[in-house]
Amino acid sequence: MTSATTRLVLVGNGPVGHQFLETLVASGRADQFDITVFGEEPRAAYDRVHLTAWFETRSAEPLNMVAEGFYDHNQISVYSGRKITAVNRDKKTVSTDCGIEVAYDVLVLGTGSFPFVPPVPGHDRSNTFVYRTIEDLEAITTASLGGSVGTVVGGGLLGLEAAKALHDLGLKTHVVEFAPRLMAVQVDDGGGKLLRKKIEDLGVSVHTGKNTQQIIDGSEHTHKMCFADGEELETDLIVFSAGIRPQDELARQSGLDIGERGGISVNNYCQTSDPAIYAIGECALWGGRIFGLIAPGNEMARVAADHVLGGVEDKQFLGADMSTKLKLMGVDVASIGDAHANTPGAKCYTFIDEQTEVYKKLVVNEDASKLLGAVLIGDADDYGNLLQFALNGIELPEHPEAMILPSLDGSASVGLGVDALPESAQICSCNNVSKGDLCNAVAGGALTVGDLKSCTKAATTCGGCTALVGQVLNAELAKLGMEVNTDLCEHFPYTRQEIYHLVRVGGIKSFDELLAKHGKGHGCDICKPTAASILASCWNDYILQPEHAGLQDTNDRMLANMQKNGTYSIVPRVAGGEITPDKLIVLGEVGKKYKLYTKITGGQRIDLFGATVDQLPLIWKELVDAGFESGHAYGKSLRTVKSCVGSTWCRYGVQDSVGAAIDIENRYKGLRSPHKLKMAVSGCTRECAEAQSKDVGIIATEKGWNLYVCGNGGMKPRHADLFASDIDTETLIKYIDRFLMFYVRTADRLQRTSVWMDNLEGGLEYLQNVIINDSLGIAAELEAEMTHVIGTYQCEWKTTIENEDKVKMFRSFVNSNKGDDNVVFVQERGQIRPATDAERELGEDLIAVA
Amino acid sequence: MSWTAVCSLADIPPNAGVAALLNGKQVAIFNVAGEVFAVDNHDPFSGANVLSRGIVGSIDNDLVVASPIYKQHFALATGRCIEDESQSINAYSVRLEGDTVMLGLADQAAA
Ligand SMILES: Cc1cc2nc3c(=O)[nH]c(=O)nc-3n(C[C@H](O)[C@H](O)[C@H](O)COP(=O)(O)OP(=O)(O)OC[C@H]3O[C@@H](n4cnc5c(N)ncnc54)[C@H](O)[C@@H]3O)c2cc1C
Ligand code: SF4
Ligand code: SF4
Repeated sequence: MTSATTRLVLVGNGPVGHQFLETLVASGRADQFDITVFGEEPRAAYDRVHLTAWFETRSAEPLNMVAEGFYDHNQISVYSGRKITAVNRDKKTVSTDCGIEVAYDVLVLGTGSFPFVPPVPGHDRSNTFVYRTIEDLEAITTASLGGSVGTVVGGGLLGLEAAKALHDLGLKTHVVEFAPRLMAVQVDDGGGKLLRKKIEDLGVSVHTGKNTQQIIDGSEHTHKMCFADGEELETDLIVFSAGIRPQDELARQSGLDIGERGGISVNNYCQTSDPAIYAIGECALWGGRIFGLIAPGNEMARVAADHVLGGVEDKQFLGADMSTKLKLMGVDVASIGDAHANTPGAKCYTFIDEQTEVYKKLVVNEDASKLLGAVLIGDADDYGNLLQFALNGIELPEHPEAMILPSLDGSASVGLGVDALPESAQICSCNNVSKGDLCNAVAGGALTVGDLKSCTKAATTCGGCTALVGQVLNAELAKLGMEVNTDLCEHFPYTRQEIYHLVRVGGIKSFDELLAKHGKGHGCDICKPTAASILASCWNDYILQPEHAGLQDTNDRMLANMQKNGTYSIVPRVAGGEITPDKLIVLGEVGKKYKLYTKITGGQRIDLFGATVDQLPLIWKELVDAGFESGHAYGKSLRTVKSCVGSTWCRYGVQDSVGAAIDIENRYKGLRSPHKLKMAVSGCTRECAEAQSKDVGIIATEKGWNLYVCGNGGMKPRHADLFASDIDTETLIKYIDRFLMFYVRTADRLQRTSVWMDNLEGGLEYLQNVIINDSLGIAAELEAEMTHVIGTYQCEWKTTIENEDKVKMFRSFVNSNKGDDNVVFVQERGQIRPATDAERELGEDLIAVA
Repeated sequence: MSWTAVCSLADIPPNAGVAALLNGKQVAIFNVAGEVFAVDNHDPFSGANVLSRGIVGSIDNDLVVASPIYKQHFALATGRCIEDESQSINAYSVRLEGDTVMLGLADQAAA
């Protein structure tokens, strides 16, 4: 090909189309193409896999997959809300619904699929929906307001996901399935039965073996569904989720090869019968199969991109594994390979525990040496291991049943040594990360699961492989002879978590005692503040007590934040960001009197800068007298609980977010933790308080609160994860108590909650188990520890100014009443700021404090 | 060398420091494990007079103070900066007379 640019047109801006564009761009050679993208939906690519998460925020933004500036930087022209209605292969053009024609050299079809709606009479009545796009969910939400009963037609994977959504919208929910069991594709009868029981326990009615014959007007509800067996069901809205069909309209119209039951036929390079046209994702048919999952779609996108670029890596699409693991309505479900034992000679092992509602089945070959498939319901922890056995044809142990039987004697279950896996074994299928990729990352310096997640993307999509990633990591570290030194510092051969434990269990009350019993040397600026924080979290003594004072970081030692010129800033607590005019005036007067620079903080408080050490107690005396308390802005501790005005003022608010924020801030103020903690409360899903960027974020719902955890802003921003939905205030507080204390107990020094959670094996799900289900049996302890901290709260500044000896610690000089003459300011915009070196040299207009 | 009384030992919190002003010069005085040390209060990295407010401790066999601003360490006995020797600070002679902390400053002539 000459160096002239190739005109490339992509039809369909779904997740797979976007993966294709990203792969092209990542090759660094996207500039050889003149790229145009047409998408029928009104927005650019979004994460359809997590479509249901739209309900959490009711906003499209969190699902967006396109990095800011992606199209502009790479000169890609995008047309959203534009459908391509025809392909002219002779002229090599495509045309849109509004009559525009665009020429192509290469055409990529990523048109996905559309939901199949059974053509029963009445299927097109109003208040009937499908579950595929954001617009669908918006319409379902609106309709749910006018009804009380919702029905999903189809009891497959997506149908159950839709049923959960209807249930969460507050509708009495039914699932109507044609087959005799739920999830007929993935699970067998035994599994289907158990799944049904679990789902019915949640209050959803399941009707299997039901053939809908017509839908007519209902008498009590909008619709009446009439089944072949004579039964009827009344409902206000209907969601059809009866399977998907490949969107191959353009291929049909332009005469490309099509499969018997639809789908655009492609070869191993994802080329259609016209070599200038590729098809990828759910519209493509390879080897007579359609792949309705994201991982194979992404692989097709990578293959097609490589081929369009000239086949540098000679990638080919050779089929894909359709194993799945997911959580449906809170129930773990996994299906691997030949789940139905269709292979000739296949045999099964089944384990059913009706008590705990767990179902597990292994499908093995004739001589029980290889795993062919598996079904797991209720407990899918073995998924990663089993999948590796099946994918890599690894020899099974002598008693394969041991792999699914619970280990009663507490011995480790028969797993698979990760060493047995070949380098090529795919560990994370969502992001195509092999064991080899992980090993390389470890050799390149990744030392934690968190590191591996950020540098390989493994375990970042469905999370099914997290445990396995952890095992590979440990095995590799051991092999490289790398002993990961987790010692806190040269004085303590322990991790922070271990020191916490030693302090708590040993009842250790001071650093000297800790050093004498468990450390050596004189301590340092790493272990001293760490110990100070742990001692405070456990016993909550006044931090400037003589034995603790020298341990504190400067900020804690002076109960203020040191700034670049050695002066301090002062941040009184303004719980929830609510402040009376009188208190505002006090802050203004104090600022004026001591000539402080004042600024509003991001946490809805007021920061007063430029105080010298000796001014601190004087200023605080005035503040305490006016009713202010320390804001702990200097500590690794709770900073603020930001809030929006909520239902008291805002016309959208559904709960009193300010009241909740104040209560929560007052509850946890003063709690010392491994790193600073930030929280926020929003009064409705519009989220004006930005709660999802906080360690603990709370968003009001019609029914209570949604709790989010482990978000942060700062250098590496991270959205918080939804932890629990629609909980009442009492449960909310209980969970936060436990969550915070568990973090205080187990996190590393200076580890924010987000990194902490990423490094917990099992991540969010594990954390939910510990906090919500009390899987470690420590919930009561955690709550008691928190009660102690709350009960022993004191305002550190009040204690300080009431004690003359303490006030003496705030002198600038031990032998003089002078101030530090090195501290000089200049005026800017009507306030002081530290003078620069050049200004000091010049010596004009300087304002000295000493 | 002339000796000046600066403060009493009790004025310095255990395992911590205070700042003293001597002839316009700022000195940081520390009380570590019952021994006293004195170095410049001026932190060469930030240009602020803050070392007396740093955390003291040990690195290998040296007793050190960590700058509270950018965290470099200075040996209390010699003023040597552990991270960057080109930025070392002055160390001063100190001794205890009873409970009084005495600071030894080089005589004017020698300075
Ligand atoms: C609720 C839900 C949950 C899911 N959960 C999972 C899961 O847990 N795991 C998993 O692996 N998969 C899951 N999937 C499937 C996954 O979303 C799909 O595999 C994936 O979206 C396929 O991507 P695609 O780009 O091929 O097709 P699509 O996402 O369908 O995108 C195709 C796009 O092309 C547009 N288009 C079509 N025709 C034209 C035209 N003529 N002109 C212009 N534009 C056109 C469409 O409007 C659409 O936006 C789920 C799907 C849904 C709906
Ligand atoms: S989050 Fe909701 S309640 Fe709060 S200010 Fe915004 S719109 Fe109003
Ligand atoms: S963003 Fe940087 S400059 Fe600004 S306050 Fe934070 S640390 Fe300081």
